[in-house]
Amino acid sequence: MSSSPHSHLHLAVALDGTGWHPASWREPVARPRELLTAGYWADQVAEAERGLIDFVTIEDGLGLQSSHHGAPDGRTDQVRGRLDAVLVAARIAPLSRHIGLVPTVIATHTEPFHISKAIATLDYVSTGRAGVRVQISARPNEADHFGRRTFPPFDLADLASPAGQERLAEHFDEAADYIEALRRLWDSWEDDAEIRDAATGRFIDRDKLHYIDFEGGRFSVKGPSITPRPPQGQPLVTSLGHQTIPYRLIARGTDVGYVTPQDAAEARAIVAEIRAEQEAAGRADDTVHVFADLVVLLDDDQAAAEARKDRLDALDGGAYTSDARIFAGTAAQLADLLEEFAAEGLTGFRLRPAVLGHDLPRISRDLVPELQRRDRFRTAYQAATLRGHLGLARPANRYAAA
Amino acid sequence: MSKPLKQIHLAAHFPGVNNTTVWSDPAAGSHIEFSSFAHFAKAAERAKFDFLFLAEGLRLREQGGKIYDLDVVGRPDTFTILAALAAVTEHLGLTGTINSTFNEPYEVARQFASLDHLSGGRAAWNVVTSWDAFTGENFRRGGFLPQEERYSRAKEFLATANELFDSWHGDEILADQATGTFLSDAKAGSFVHQGPQFDIHGQFNVPRSPQGRPVVFQAGESDEGREFAASAADAIFSRYATLEAGQAFYTDVKSRLAKYGRHPGDLLILPAASFVIGDTDEEAEEIAHQVRRQQVSGATALKHLEFVWNRDLSSYDPEGPLPEVDPLVSEEHISRGRAQVRMYRDPVAVAREWRELAEANKWSIRDLVINTGNRQSFVGSPATVARTINEFVQADVSDGFILVPHITPGGLDVFADTVVPLLQEQGVYRTEYEGTTLRDHLGLAHPDQRRAERAAS
Repeated sequence: MSSSPHSHLHLAVALDGTGWHPASWREPVARPRELLTAGYWADQVAEAERGLIDFVTIEDGLGLQSSHHGAPDGRTDQVRGRLDAVLVAARIAPLSRHIGLVPTVIATHTEPFHISKAIATLDYVSTGRAGVRVQISARPNEADHFGRRTFPPFDLADLASPAGQERLAEHFDEAADYIEALRRLWDSWEDDAEIRDAATGRFIDRDKLHYIDFEGGRFSVKGPSITPRPPQGQPLVTSLGHQTIPYRLIARGTDVGYVTPQDAAEARAIVAEIRAEQEAAGRADDTVHVFADLVVLLDDDQAAAEARKDRLDALDGGAYTSDARIFAGTAAQLADLLEEFAAEGLTGFRLRPAVLGHDLPRISRDLVPELQRRDRFRTAYQAATLRGHLGLARPANRYAAA
Repeated sequence: MSKPLKQIHLAAHFPGVNNTTVWSDPAAGSHIEFSSFAHFAKAAERAKFDFLFLAEGLRLREQGGKIYDLDVVGRPDTFTILAALAAVTEHLGLTGTINSTFNEPYEVARQFASLDHLSGGRAAWNVVTSWDAFTGENFRRGGFLPQEERYSRAKEFLATANELFDSWHGDEILADQATGTFLSDAKAGSFVHQGPQFDIHGQFNVPRSPQGRPVVFQAGESDEGREFAASAADAIFSRYATLEAGQAFYTDVKSRLAKYGRHPGDLLILPAASFVIGDTDEEAEEIAHQVRRQQVSGATALKHLEFVWNRDLSSYDPEGPLPEVDPLVSEEHISRGRAQVRMYRDPVAVAREWRELAEANKWSIRDLVINTGNRQSFVGSPATVARTINEFVQADVSDGFILVPHITPGGLDVFADTVVPLLQEQGVYRTEYEGTTLRDHLGLAHPDQRRAERAAS
């Protein structure tokens, strides 16, 4: 079903503010005053589409950005404030033609019924290019924005403890339920449910609409959706993971998982763990892409890229660290690294440009041509939908009679 | 001295999930493809309308325990479609109906503030409220709200959202690349709200949008709804588009403004209005009659009768006489998920009246439903429709109308192309957009300006 040679890599670009380095907004190319405008986001997506990128992801959160994982940091020297990612994606959809649009949603505090129809609608307005990145939030301050649940403070170190693991499992179990509810709602209308039968006066064949009757630990949803089945049938579901519990979610519920290996050996181990979880979940035959996330700084020589990182670090008052490996070098060196990681079973990469205004054009204008020369990347969009770019078939409806 | 002519406000309601919308017409297109929405929005913008309006329903309607299948079924997510429409229009306001019961203020406020940013100041929110457990089955909390609390929920929801919109003032983002100061204030967006419905605090994460707050619409008609609108809304989406009923509603609602320190111009009354246009008045009347027959098929007529009878009437012939049996008066209603059923407070009396009407006129069930149903608001040649609309607005039936075509997506085109130029000739309707935001189109002050005026007085 793949529309591209098996050896081709998939590339996604992760959009967040002016880029992933916290001092990126200080760069002359950064346009930090335009972050709340449609034009800024349209330009980023156009640049990615120029590079034939499979899809962009758009970060989001239900609180102010923070350099701390568990709480606000009160800093005024970094980008703060953002727009709703689903709305940004929808605003850009009519202005782009091929690229997939994958906004982030927070499963912990939002309604699966609302998000299901929002992503289905994104699929309609983009004619089959929608996806969603499902994230959890354990932050106490974000729970306080909703006032429905209270979460105790945490920091990343606590997560390794048994109590931390239990807490993490609760959040990810809820996310798994959330994804299941989204998927059932997308299927709650069969493709041919709208009949417009003038003879009987019926607009729909109601036997082709289905109650989903989802009952989960934290919520239940009756269905059917108010929105008909979207063009892709099932928009792309994606998630980021750093350890076993989120890997299990990737394996059980998603089409693309983002992971953060530091080297090839770790990439191999993570892929093996996800494949094992996939088998345990009975999804061994489903395609689940595993993409490595990489923060990238790209320049004409490695020294320039490293010097740029040093300069940004100095502006921010400390060395930037990330969950993902930080790569600073040339497009050819990055292509080497991607090929090395791909040999371990990764099928694609989600690149996080350190400075969007600098590193995104380097991806689309330097890295992509380099990969094309190596016959590792498409030279034109081959498919009409995001699932198509990723070699995923349009799935049968789970409720349709065989 | 005569009163100065009022300028007319016009808007377009995307054809809805009800039997006003004729899906069986050969000209009827998709109700879900984006191309239909884009066509409709562009027609509204070509006609220099103030805004496009979208209704919402969060559970598919049922009758007799089954999904209602005779009307258009299925619609998009409100925020998502409006954000996409912002990309294909430049001036048109974007009004979405969003429920205050099955949402949370932090999320809705970020969605409206985001829509306002992404549209350059064109967002509006029609605040609706519901309580039914039927719809609640699709949401985390289920049907948690007693009916009598729905307006207190809506009021507190809107007040809380306003606190979130106002938590940024608009001057916090410095983004000074030289000094490295992005925000002028680390506490930007701070809020605390403690009330019976919401107990929340923290920092809102969408900075101040072009309009400050979205324009707020209210659609309820009860005394409570009118009072809510008078206290907190910028515009009312009403259903009183006829002369007497419109004037009565207009006078009533506008008279409630003073006690909230507001002026008549601070709240616009915009009824929903349908229309049929023909080359001549006679032709329009003929088309209007045909459209009403299209809107009420035999099957639809029986279902409509069931709203009143509250019984399964599927064994009756729609071309035959009305049922002899009386309506079933019960707490349980045969129809779920629509507001219409509340219109019949004394169904036995309505049934008696309808039987008498049918007998006197020799009407079948279908004839009766066609003849007692809503007639189109404006029927006639372009000149007649333009004249009537202007007369109604000058006579304070309303400040304008939200037009509901019966054909998707092209039903607005004839109005845009024939009626609008006549209104422009009469000097009662804009020939170009004069401002950029929806507040500009509606003649509403920016919230910061209002605050400054209050502080000065």
